Amino acid sequence: MRKLMMTTAVATLIATGCISAFSQEVKEVEMLHWWTSGGEAAALNVLKTDLANEGFGWKDVPVAGGGGDAAMTALKAMVAAGTYPTASQMLGYSVLDYAAAGVMGDLTETAIKEGWDKSVPLALQQFSVYDGKWVAAPVNIHSVNWLWISKPVMEKIGGTEPKTFDDLIALLDKAKAAGVVPLALGGQDWQEATMFDSVVLSTGGPEFYKKAFNDLDEESLGSDTMNQSFDNLAKLISYVDPNFAGRDWNLATAMVIKDEALVQVMGDWAKGEFSAAKEAPDTDFLCYRFPGTDGSVIYNSDMFGMFNVPEDRKAAQIALATATLSPSFQSAFNVVKGSVPARTDVPDTDFDACGKKGMADLKAANDGGTLFGSLAQGYGAPPAIANAYKDVVTKFVHGQIKTSEEAVTELVKAINDAR
Amino acid sequence: MAAKDHSMTSVAIDTAPEQVTRTGIRRRLQDALPKIVLAPSFAVTLFFVYGFIIWTGYLSFTNSKTFPSYALTGGRAYQRLWTWTFENDPPSSWYTSITNMGIFGLLYIGCCLALGLLLAILLDQKIRGEGFLRPLYLYPMALSLIVTGVAWKWILDPGLGLEQTFHQMGWTSFHFDWIKNKDFVIYTVVIAGVWQASGFVMAMFLAGLRGIDGEIMKAAQIDGASTWQVYRRIIIPLLRPVFLSALIVLAHMSIKSYDLVVALTSGGPGGSAWLPSNFMYEYTFRRNEMAVGSASAIIMLMAISAIIVPYLYSELREKKS
Amino acid sequence: MTVLDMDVSDAKRMARMRVINRIVIYGLLGIFAVLYLMPLFVMLVTSFKTMDEIQGGNMLALPRSPTLDAWVKAWGQACVGLTCNGISGYFWNSIKMVVPAVAVSTVLGALNGYVLTKWRFRGHTLVFGLMLFACFIPFQSVLLPMATILGNITRFGITLRSTFGTSFGLGDPTANLAFVHVVYGLGFTTLFFRNYYAAFPDELIKAAQMDGAGFFQIFWRIMVPNSLPIIVVTVIYQFTNIWNDYLFASAYAGTGDAMPMTVALNNVVNTSTGVVEYNVNMAAAMIAALPTLIIYVVAGRYFVRGLMAGAVKG
Repeated sequence: MRKLMMTTAVATLIATGCISAFSQEVKEVEMLHWWTSGGEAAALNVLKTDLANEGFGWKDVPVAGGGGDAAMTALKAMVAAGTYPTASQMLGYSVLDYAAAGVMGDLTETAIKEGWDKSVPLALQQFSVYDGKWVAAPVNIHSVNWLWISKPVMEKIGGTEPKTFDDLIALLDKAKAAGVVPLALGGQDWQEATMFDSVVLSTGGPEFYKKAFNDLDEESLGSDTMNQSFDNLAKLISYVDPNFAGRDWNLATAMVIKDEALVQVMGDWAKGEFSAAKEAPDTDFLCYRFPGTDGSVIYNSDMFGMFNVPEDRKAAQIALATATLSPSFQSAFNVVKGSVPARTDVPDTDFDACGKKGMADLKAANDGGTLFGSLAQGYGAPPAIANAYKDVVTKFVHGQIKTSEEAVTELVKAINDAR
Repeated sequence: MAAKDHSMTSVAIDTAPEQVTRTGIRRRLQDALPKIVLAPSFAVTLFFVYGFIIWTGYLSFTNSKTFPSYALTGGRAYQRLWTWTFENDPPSSWYTSITNMGIFGLLYIGCCLALGLLLAILLDQKIRGEGFLRPLYLYPMALSLIVTGVAWKWILDPGLGLEQTFHQMGWTSFHFDWIKNKDFVIYTVVIAGVWQASGFVMAMFLAGLRGIDGEIMKAAQIDGASTWQVYRRIIIPLLRPVFLSALIVLAHMSIKSYDLVVALTSGGPGGSAWLPSNFMYEYTFRRNEMAVGSASAIIMLMAISAIIVPYLYSELREKKS
Repeated sequence: MTVLDMDVSDAKRMARMRVINRIVIYGLLGIFAVLYLMPLFVMLVTSFKTMDEIQGGNMLALPRSPTLDAWVKAWGQACVGLTCNGISGYFWNSIKMVVPAVAVSTVLGALNGYVLTKWRFRGHTLVFGLMLFACFIPFQSVLLPMATILGNITRFGITLRSTFGTSFGLGDPTANLAFVHVVYGLGFTTLFFRNYYAAFPDELIKAAQMDGAGFFQIFWRIMVPNSLPIIVVTVIYQFTNIWNDYLFASAYAGTGDAMPMTVALNNVVNTSTGVVEYNVNMAAAMIAALPTLIIYVVAGRYFVRGLMAGAVKG
């Protein structure tokens, strides 16, 4: 088998030699992504049009499903076959993994020319820059420590913005007394863990979150504060409806939209659901930061990883990267997507109230050093650890892990095992 | 049969020495022809199946993460799986996967075989409208799980499906929330799986029944055997090769039920619906722990061979005698 | 013993038994039909509803004002990535890939089964056992090595094209995908035919050999005409599996111009964000399944032919 691999490798060399010998510029980008649904596809179409105006074609490689899992599998197969796309939608650590494998391109020249290093938050550059080279173009920044609240329900129960975790519990009690579902949650591991990110930030504060969930400090992970965070999570879970297990996140959002539930803890992509249902912030729904996390932002981000394509495709790739980070696209795209621009110098004029708040919060967090990667969303640690973390949280929520003490022990064990 | 051919060849040698070489070559070619016909399939299988198994086995002893790496680093992946095998409180994902495989495998294969055979026998009773009924049992195989998973999810969801419908009809004590229950969710996977595959098993049995001579049945009935007896004593034993085919197909589908679990349960409450295929996919592609994923694939293959090989052995040996 | 020899009361009892028997048989078949149809019913009624009705109402309820909008949208307007021309355009991609894959794997399976039962050689059991066990390889674990091989085939095809002006089909995503399905379908097709031919009387073959028929003559003249039921089963199995395969399709042929139906369907159905249009999804799923459904209805008829073939044989 090895011999065969050798011969095929030789054939490969000959073949690639032939390609470059015949090369002339290919004015086309091949783009792997999983944004196939209405709003996102429409947003991405803006990019396609921008490129078309510059004379570049767009070869679409959409692979939807599992929040990008299917696309990542397809990407891995493409890389194994040696037929990379020009660019691929990617998340956090996978960019670094592919860069380490030596298959990413180098956009540093463009980045310096366009001033990305100054406008893109440093926290994000950890993932888009590898070994001093720009390898990915960030598209947006999502933030996960949000509460999405139904305004009619809020008025009905006479609630106000919760400022502390206890306020939130009191608010949930009111909702329960009024006969609405207090907390809309989808019982899937990533949703539960995304909520737990906020709980930990709220319980332990920014320092603690960073130490535990970004630096993976074993002492913090096994601390009493973590124990208390699990206690708080258990409190929240006592306010969900009995059918929450396995529910998709957008169905949970729909419960808030239809005023059947008071609040959902979810990333800002939930706003897209409200917009699609023709609901507006402050009149139909409210967006607050998760109590006790004001001033900090737990983020994740979509990036376009740029692959090491043959010379004849480089011009198209640079055009794609430049268009992606252009302020006009950043604004247009993120207004639709519910997220905020990946560069901090984009005007917020087109954004709604929640979007404006999100942009202001991001700026403050970036300046104050309180912009943290979400562990649940794969921006806190590599996938092996992030998923081990999700395992523990979901088992705690669904009762396989019975106490907070056990959860803390399991968390330390699982993360150490996956290191 | 081959032996007989050789005897014929020797006869040819005796009669016409002049033509020996020509006919001899032709003969030999004729003799080798079956092997030549079979060879490409066999070669392809050796390379693309067994070669890849060896490759996977090799990777399981490396430190492969996101991508394959070829430096051997020992059996840590197996060590971890071994530890996980005994972690049942709280259950490790691997423990859940293999116990679920036991439950799911047995029930799924058992129910599909039973239901498939029953439907095939019923349909074989010179039924009017067979052509109409047959596709009704078969169609689930035609539809993509991506969407039938959603339909089943609704039906089984207590807030949307059967439970709510019965409540609206006035049967308020009806309770069916398996899909939300970590201890029962795997049974909902069985239900949807059986629904999907039993029709095909029926088709296989039906093909088998149609291949059996109708006279056998008549003869046995004239001898005074009841229909039940005829089926139990004569027809079902004659369907043995079909059982083998059906079992292989079902075992294949059951170990590959990744899509079913994901579409129906998204992994189940707390990951309680995982099967080994989910585990393997998770670790290989989502968690970037390719070594662990490969090790789990190898263990799965070994477990399957431990069950299937003895069965195949007895089944294929008996044919010979 | 005939009916004439029996008492009249016996005959009456027998007749009554037969009626009860029939009722039980039809009853059981009917109950199962209803159970099997339930998910289809849910999908059908959903596809004729509006989104408001789906979100508000009971999933088993009939649509209040049935509409074909979802079907129209699924057919011609739903977005598969950035192109929003529905899923109708992807039929041809799938058919181009599925038909050759099914045909080749079925023919090879029939030949293999024929060799393994009627032209046995030393070690035939081992060969069959190895091919059978190959059915159990988890596809996820062959995804990457297969991709490497396909990548090399593709590059070889490019080399050929630059030297000879044609790649001889090597490296075309559709051809690649068909090849993969043939490789991993061989175990099953061989299994089906081998088990079917095992019960086929050896005497017929021997007689044909006496008459001077060769290997292929016997295959085409005797085996194939008697194989209808198992061809039906094999084609159904292969067609369904290949048509519905998603893993290989998305990994090896996900790009626009070769994208098979399942990948397109998946892109319509799976939305990471945004409102899930269940009615469109259900309609799209049924449209995507049409070829398979047609195969089932059409091919199913041949089971009956199989009965006739069996009768002739006996």
